[in-house]
Amino acid sequence: MSIFVDASTRVVVQGIGSQGTFHAARNRAYGTQVVAGVHPRRGGERWDELEAPIFATVAEAVEATGADTSMVMVPAPFTRDAILEAHRAGVRTIVAITEGVPVQDMTVVYDEVVRRGGTRLIGPNCPGLISPGRANVGIIPGDITMPGNVGLVSRSGTLTYQIMHELAQAGIGISTCVGIGGDPIVGTQFLDVIQAFAADPETEAIAFVGEIGGGEEQRAGEWIRANIPDTPVVGYIAGFEAPAGKQMGHAGAIVREGGPGGESAAEKQELLGAMGIPVASNPSEAARLMIERLGR
Amino acid sequence: MDLVEFQGKQLFARNGVPVPPPGAVCRSVDEAVAAAERLLPDAGAVVVKAQVKVGGRGKAGGVRLARSVDEAREAAGAILGLDIKGHVVHVVLVEPASDIAEEYYLSVMHDRVGKGDLVICSRQGGVDIEEVNRTDPGAVVKRQVLPSERADGLPRGVADEIVAAADLPAEVRDAAAELLVALFGAYLAEDATLVEINPLIRTTDDRVLALDAKVSLDANAAFRHGDHAEWDVEGLEVRDPLEDRARAEGLQYVKLDGEVGVLGNGAGLVMATLDVVAQNGGRAANFLDVGGGASAESMATALSLVLSDPAVRSVFINIFGGITRGEEVARGVLGALERLGDFPQRLVVRLDGTNAEEGRRILAEAAHPSVVPAPTMQEAAALAVRLAEEAA
Repeated sequence: MSIFVDASTRVVVQGIGSQGTFHAARNRAYGTQVVAGVHPRRGGERWDELEAPIFATVAEAVEATGADTSMVMVPAPFTRDAILEAHRAGVRTIVAITEGVPVQDMTVVYDEVVRRGGTRLIGPNCPGLISPGRANVGIIPGDITMPGNVGLVSRSGTLTYQIMHELAQAGIGISTCVGIGGDPIVGTQFLDVIQAFAADPETEAIAFVGEIGGGEEQRAGEWIRANIPDTPVVGYIAGFEAPAGKQMGHAGAIVREGGPGGESAAEKQELLGAMGIPVASNPSEAARLMIERLGR
Repeated sequence: MDLVEFQGKQLFARNGVPVPPPGAVCRSVDEAVAAAERLLPDAGAVVVKAQVKVGGRGKAGGVRLARSVDEAREAAGAILGLDIKGHVVHVVLVEPASDIAEEYYLSVMHDRVGKGDLVICSRQGGVDIEEVNRTDPGAVVKRQVLPSERADGLPRGVADEIVAAADLPAEVRDAAAELLVALFGAYLAEDATLVEINPLIRTTDDRVLALDAKVSLDANAAFRHGDHAEWDVEGLEVRDPLEDRARAEGLQYVKLDGEVGVLGNGAGLVMATLDVVAQNGGRAANFLDVGGGASAESMATALSLVLSDPAVRSVFINIFGGITRGEEVARGVLGALERLGDFPQRLVVRLDGTNAEEGRRILAEAAHPSVVPAPTMQEAAALAVRLAEEAA
């Protein structure tokens, strides 16, 4: 099994420009069912690269193709409306890759789509998710990993690839890898993914890759300690060297000066360590800790 | 982007939040004197205030009252050039002094944990609100506002509730609630992540005014606020020239104080690279995310920026080939070197991921004298640190 996506997932793509088409084609080549594209002015045309129909709205795409998942690749100014449209069209899962969405747009989206709507939203500003051998929705390179039993959740893209790759080199595969995104408001939190992993019979161990900023990692840690104390869990928090008050690339990656505390990598490492969750000091060590905990 | 006080007050004023009568923004003692000469006859007194993006101005001597032109001259002379926690004052605001009866606190901010907006109000203002929250938490009213209840702005009823809960005096509750509705409107209309008034004052004639303004704007929303760029002016914050150049070139760059230049693809991977450099006994000179692709052009732009930092003694290029394949990255690095010409620093290049072996082979065959390939992040970091030490 896997979480959030599997071989039966049917994907509609919102944003079928060059980037959207490029990644949709890769997802298709991986074996994902990419069934339609959406473009407000190209409804009725053919999406040649994907040999799929184009619809003017998500609702029409859902109606005609049975799409249950949307991948959002539209530019940031249009992302709020694209996500709201997908939700109102009744898709079950929305994967928003787009970077640079205003935080007030996400406040509105989170409230309607996630808090009140109950739709699974992953991202924005995320690489998407992959369940090796089954489905790849987003921009994660599929060929650096393989099917297995470690669930991986991360706020970062390339850093996740790095850890997935090191695990693969040690012969360790992945059940599902979810990039939750680096923005202050994302639809799916660390804890949501970890709870889904806990309920997934195929996921035996969990690796998570956090960053400076916010306190999601700690909340996840508390839940792990209380609910799945026997599951092997290892973490890595990027940004031990990040100075306070500086945003490190991701909009959410900042240790706020005079903020609530607990936002630095060292504080997160200490807090999680006290909960019995080992947090590595670099990506290679995280992979090594996982390999040790799995006894391989 | 953070605004300084006079900019925050401009933002407040155009959104209907009451502020003191307009003052003058001055960059010299002469300008401040001219402003005082103009304002004093009506105002009786002016306040000269340092315009810097750091808290604690008052304690540092950055805010002074002047009752005469001479006092204004003296105040401006003392404040201009003053170093407040590393921020040198280049600009002062000369503003008519207000008659203060009481000081309160009021703010609206993005609430990361609650994923909504948060209004904070207290009868105790003009002091550090975090400190009040620690010593007397009952005096600080916090009210979360979800989007579903503020589709048309903050409802007046909610504003009334908040100022009553904060126990603002009956005489000013109406005015304060009205001000809060306007402040919330400003927060929404301008895509702010923080609008803070500390102190919010009650004047001796029972009006409420924003005596100070602290505003942070969401850079991601700049596309719908072309006018916000006008507030991005010189002299208001400590700026690193390299960070300015990076911003102009659209690169995610943060200047740090070490000697190993770092560039990589992906914010998380670059953060991890800084960590690994430190764990190997060095210090990174910068954070630089070159983004997804790694063309010769983007690599040359990024590398040229890193190398123009005189503190950089070696460079660690850390690329994980995902969709960008290893051979493309290798050609990107070599292409960048061709464009840049000679420079003294050595580059440690670590390539991993998709087609990394092919990429490494291309680098090995090129045998460029500046390039030192390394197989893993750890080895690359150790090597970059050693090369930086040798170059010192």
